[in-house]
Amino acid sequence: MISRLSDDRSRAAIAASIERRRVDTRGLLFKTILQSCLLITLALLAVLLVTVVMDSTDQLGTRLWDFLQGTLRSRSEDDRLGIHQGMYGSLWIAIIVAVLAFPIGIGAAVYLEEYAPRNRFTSFIEVNIRNLAGVPSVVYGLLGLALLLNGQIFGLDRLTGGSSALSGGITLAILVLPIVVITSGEAFRAVPIELREGAYGVGATRWEMIRTQVLPYAAPGILTGTLLSMARAVGEAAPLILVGAISGRLGDNPGLFDISALTDQFTALPIVITSWTVQSGRDVGFTAAAAAAIVVLLVFVLMMNSAAILLRNRFEKKRG
Amino acid sequence: MTDTSVVHRELLTVDQLQIAPSRRHREVIIRYGLLLTALVSVLVSTLIVWSLVREAWTFITGVVWADTWGQQGWFPRRGLYDIPTIVVPSLIVTGIAMVVAGPLGLGAAVYLAEYANRKTRAWLKPALEILAGIPSVVLGFFALTWIAPNLVGRIGKTTFLVLGAVILLGYAVISAGMARSKIKQYREGTADPSARIGAVASIATLVVVFALGLAWILNVWLEFAPNNAGSLAAAGIGVGILTIPLVASISEDAMAAVPDSLREASAGLGARKMTTATTVVLPAAISGIVAAFIVAVSRAIGETMVVFMAGGAADAARFTDDPFEGGLTMTAAMASLASGTDSVVGEGLTFQSLYFVGLLLFLITLSLNIVASRFVSKVREAY
Repeated sequence: MISRLSDDRSRAAIAASIERRRVDTRGLLFKTILQSCLLITLALLAVLLVTVVMDSTDQLGTRLWDFLQGTLRSRSEDDRLGIHQGMYGSLWIAIIVAVLAFPIGIGAAVYLEEYAPRNRFTSFIEVNIRNLAGVPSVVYGLLGLALLLNGQIFGLDRLTGGSSALSGGITLAILVLPIVVITSGEAFRAVPIELREGAYGVGATRWEMIRTQVLPYAAPGILTGTLLSMARAVGEAAPLILVGAISGRLGDNPGLFDISALTDQFTALPIVITSWTVQSGRDVGFTAAAAAAIVVLLVFVLMMNSAAILLRNRFEKKRG
Repeated sequence: MTDTSVVHRELLTVDQLQIAPSRRHREVIIRYGLLLTALVSVLVSTLIVWSLVREAWTFITGVVWADTWGQQGWFPRRGLYDIPTIVVPSLIVTGIAMVVAGPLGLGAAVYLAEYANRKTRAWLKPALEILAGIPSVVLGFFALTWIAPNLVGRIGKTTFLVLGAVILLGYAVISAGMARSKIKQYREGTADPSARIGAVASIATLVVVFALGLAWILNVWLEFAPNNAGSLAAAGIGVGILTIPLVASISEDAMAAVPDSLREASAGLGARKMTTATTVVLPAAISGIVAAFIVAVSRAIGETMVVFMAGGAADAARFTDDPFEGGLTMTAAMASLASGTDSVVGEGLTFQSLYFVGLLLFLITLSLNIVASRFVSKVREAY
């Protein structure tokens, strides 16, 4: 070996083979394939957004205000076609979700992260919440149908008025509840122990510690979670179909804050989109109407999503 | 001079050290109030299971079971509940969705975790999160108006044949490898008769699955008719796009959890970046990646709106195993039954059939999610 290595020729060959600049073809190919996976995904997203916006110009470009003011119609050429009822229903659903799911979800997260003893019962609740988050949304619709419409349990249908915005809102509140608990719980876990110990050190009780230290510190994280779950609730359609959201004829809009109208029949933006898309097979004009409704829905949903992402990135950076 | 203990008693008593009763009561009230909110989730799960089982039980005990297998199709309003008619399209849609989301999501995750620098990640990840936030009705619209005519209608036949051939070839290569090792084990004198039966049975299964897959692909290819309306393939691609961010984010988390010391050790041994990624990082993160795929399958089976809008079937359907035709998945069957009329009415068990399908779906997704969380906890244990 040594004699061979000392051979000048082979030494030169070894030096050349080490110093020669080689192109790692396979590595480059691999990287390009990975990049194209991402590019295809983003291209699909771009095509989706462009298609929807292009299709929507027939409605949004020419009669934006009428479209926002109009109601459900059976023909797409109707002058009074629009999404007012859908926006109205979605707004109320969002309010009901905020009122029901956020306090209960954040409360449950506080209990699980701050109070609950580490025992079997607690881990049962935690596993239960994780499994609930994986249940398909249409199954929540079945729950709403049994619980709030048919009154099989507790006779709740008398309270909700059967198929109503209230039923839809409660169903979606139940749907997003596990998401709120999980995201808030993550925010609580990120609170540094020093803050807690400091509060205990000056004589705070557990609740005083949570109220003055944990909640303020976790507030951006909680807000991120609630924004994401609100976006999810506003875009969800399957459970609403099951609880009987209306896609055909529907009475005119009641006043915006007419509480009694909550127990009347209702519709929501995703339901309007679904109905118009399905009808586009028989009346092509509904394609533009559906696309226009999608643009309106996306404006709301993407605004909430990007606010959540920005908020999270900002605080992650700040706190390192 | 007074005794020190007396001085202390005058300054501070045990009573004074205790917090005021009102403060203590407030603590107790808040604690139990919060416990109640945590119990709401238990109540919700109980109600879901109870309502599903109650109605599904009426269906199970009341239905003529001969009408649930080998009938013409799923006609709930006429009392015909052919279960394969809604299960097979669900499997087709899920399969197509995974063919789309699996490679794209995993590739994106590997790039983000191993290659992308800080700056690229800073805008790529939010872009993926935007895609994750797009409601499924929007994907349903997109699948019906763009994917169906442009992807499925125009290039569907060839793509299907090529993709099917690639997948079948991959399957054949893997199973041939497995069969060889089984035969080798057998030849090397594992005289255990059960091993022989096992080897024969597994080889037979592999061959049968291969033959069935080949027959299915050829059958679909021969009967292909251009279809610009909704179809299972269009819906499947739509569902796939919907699940890409899910696969990407869970697999990326799994790869980010692999300690850098492993990457450094690999680089120190002279491995290239690609070698490190494929032989060190991917195997180390494999349970998280498997979990990502299982969660995505569960999500795809449960996805409702895309298949309802782009699946190309009304509330009743004949049996089909052709992805280029319209078909009814389990979820679409539920949604269309509920949206057909103002209330779910029909002969006899129509309403109960809704809950039977719901229970089936619930059990499938629940078991998938439990398996996935087992895999995830495996990752956490390792590092």
